Amino acid sequence: MLCGWGRVPVAGREVRSEDLEELTRRAVLCRGLGRSYGDSSLPPPSHPVVAATPLADRILSFDGATGRLRAEAGLSLRALNRTFLPRGFYAPVTPGTQLITLGGMVAADVHGKNHHRDGCFGAHVTRLRMRVADGRILECSPEEETELFRATVGGMGLTGHILEVECRLARVPSTWIVAESERIHDVDRFIDGLKEAGVRWPYTMGWIDCLSRGSLLGRGILMKGRWAEPDEAPPGLPRPRRRPSVPLVLPGWVINRWTVRAFNAAFFRCHLPRVRRRLVDPESFFYPLDAIGHWNRMYGPRGFTQYQCVLPESAGRGAARRFLELLTRRGGASMLCVIKDCGAEGIGLLSFPKPGISIALDIPIRDDTQDLVDALNELVVTERGRIYLAKDQFTRPAHFRAMEPRLEEWTCIRRKWDPEGRLRSAQSVRLLADRP
Amino acid sequence: MKVAFLGATRGMGRSLSRLMAARGDELFLLGREPAGLERSARDLEARAGRGSVGVAVCDLEQPAGFAAALDAAEAGLGGLDAVVVTAGVFATQDVLEQDPERARRILEVDFTDTVTFCEHARRRLLARGGGTLVVFSSVAGERARKPVVLYGAAKAGLTRYLEGLDHRFHAQGLRTVCVKPGFVKTSMTDGLPAPPFAGELDEVARVVLRAIDRGQPVVYAPPIWRWVMLVVRALPRSIMRRAGF
Repeated sequence: MLCGWGRVPVAGREVRSEDLEELTRRAVLCRGLGRSYGDSSLPPPSHPVVAATPLADRILSFDGATGRLRAEAGLSLRALNRTFLPRGFYAPVTPGTQLITLGGMVAADVHGKNHHRDGCFGAHVTRLRMRVADGRILECSPEEETELFRATVGGMGLTGHILEVECRLARVPSTWIVAESERIHDVDRFIDGLKEAGVRWPYTMGWIDCLSRGSLLGRGILMKGRWAEPDEAPPGLPRPRRRPSVPLVLPGWVINRWTVRAFNAAFFRCHLPRVRRRLVDPESFFYPLDAIGHWNRMYGPRGFTQYQCVLPESAGRGAARRFLELLTRRGGASMLCVIKDCGAEGIGLLSFPKPGISIALDIPIRDDTQDLVDALNELVVTERGRIYLAKDQFTRPAHFRAMEPRLEEWTCIRRKWDPEGRLRSAQSVRLLADRP
Repeated sequence: MKVAFLGATRGMGRSLSRLMAARGDELFLLGREPAGLERSARDLEARAGRGSVGVAVCDLEQPAGFAAALDAAEAGLGGLDAVVVTAGVFATQDVLEQDPERARRILEVDFTDTVTFCEHARRRLLARGGGTLVVFSSVAGERARKPVVLYGAAKAGLTRYLEGLDHRFHAQGLRTVCVKPGFVKTSMTDGLPAPPFAGELDEVARVVLRAIDRGQPVVYAPPIWRWVMLVVRALPRSIMRRAGF
């Protein structure tokens, strides 16, 4: 059995090897560290084997003058950050976990707290080495085999196996982050707060309580951050912390309406009303959840799904309010609800972000989860938004087509490189009508 | 420390060599395929952020090349403080019973060739007044078990050889470290069901490095396998005949 981070299993197994070229010869899908929530990294039913990349993790070159890095696709973001932070470099874009691989970062074209300023990871990728469906190995970049490059960035590994990634790391002035956070009392003020903060702060995001209603709808904590200047930062490197772990799968009733309500209220109230400013190490700032091993076990034996959508600027700021109202009306109890403003669309043809507000929530799987996701998707379609494939497990093909006007162009390019439809995943079978 | 490393391109050797490079040890890599060696050398250089890592081809199945490879390492490093051997081959008993040629090869590589290489290495270390010889054996050599009869026999022999080296040359300054990994999740064990206490690569590497620094003659990695094997060794024959592990 094999599952995504949401812990909904399908039949399948991984084959591991240091030799990615050999491993991808017959593979239909690669899988990194399995942090995509849904079925993106899971094999199609008729070929229940995925090529696991994490052992292929060699750094091939690094230029300390330009920050240009080339590495095998299985290199983890954690190894990258820990290797290069002492030398003054960090990943230019990072999502909320560093337990992911470079290949996965390209395939999902991940975004982070600095999307409004620096775009997706794909914007910093300069070159890819790939094995395409007919077995050839070739390189693509924004200048060479441009179509393939654009279809692969955010293409969920469906256009070819990513073997090596070349990208530019960001130079950072110190090894610490200056973080500020404050309480915000409703969703409209939250969106204004994000936009305002985004002008001055490279990293912004917020946590909202999606169970509060009425005038408190969307209250939460807004967080901002930037790299500390050398004179603000303590000397030396932050020490990696020991991780506690959720030792076993908790019973399904642990996460319910009341515990979530209590958790959200406590989280809000524990933050004092004034602005809080502190110096934190980058790992606690960017990856608070990585501090708890196997936190996905909290959601019980049926697992959970993360729902993430972007509501475009064109829909007006009322869209986020309408989304949260629908969510509270349907009783979707999410422990974590993360809100973030997105900047311009990147080069990836199927990448998730576009200008607007992104909302992500964790939904424990219940009998009515499909209905809830359908209802949220209807609203997202109406608002002309879209969902994030790296999180998705329940979206229906019709909804996805309606959200994704770029799908046709992407599919054309994909078919050109893989006419027989050999490369596929459980997700592409479900969502893109690939053969099982 | 100046270290010649046979087997750093993969698995536990890769993880251990990275830890050593990161703390400033000078490495020279020995291995079978030139392209893989070069890639691993570049990886270690990039991770350490300083120094350069030399390479030379050395195939564990070609003892005739051992002397030249170790010469190259000694010359490249300008000395030699330690030799690490993580290379080896593995197959389960079921596979080997179907393939006698492969069985013969496993016995030869994991015992005869490895011991021959160690003989070259320890002579050089002793000639320099001592040093550390680190060799990866296995818990499979601790007690004969159904799934690893042949592999276990080869590793049992290797473990005894290393014990003998320690007895004979300790007084002359040779530190022998016999590493006994339990089940570790590598490409070598890919496809096998992971038992309880299966170890992760980085954890194993940390444990082994500490043992090297202390000159510990025997180290189990992860350390829990010391106690697991204590129990397994104590099991009566009647149980071992019936047990499937």
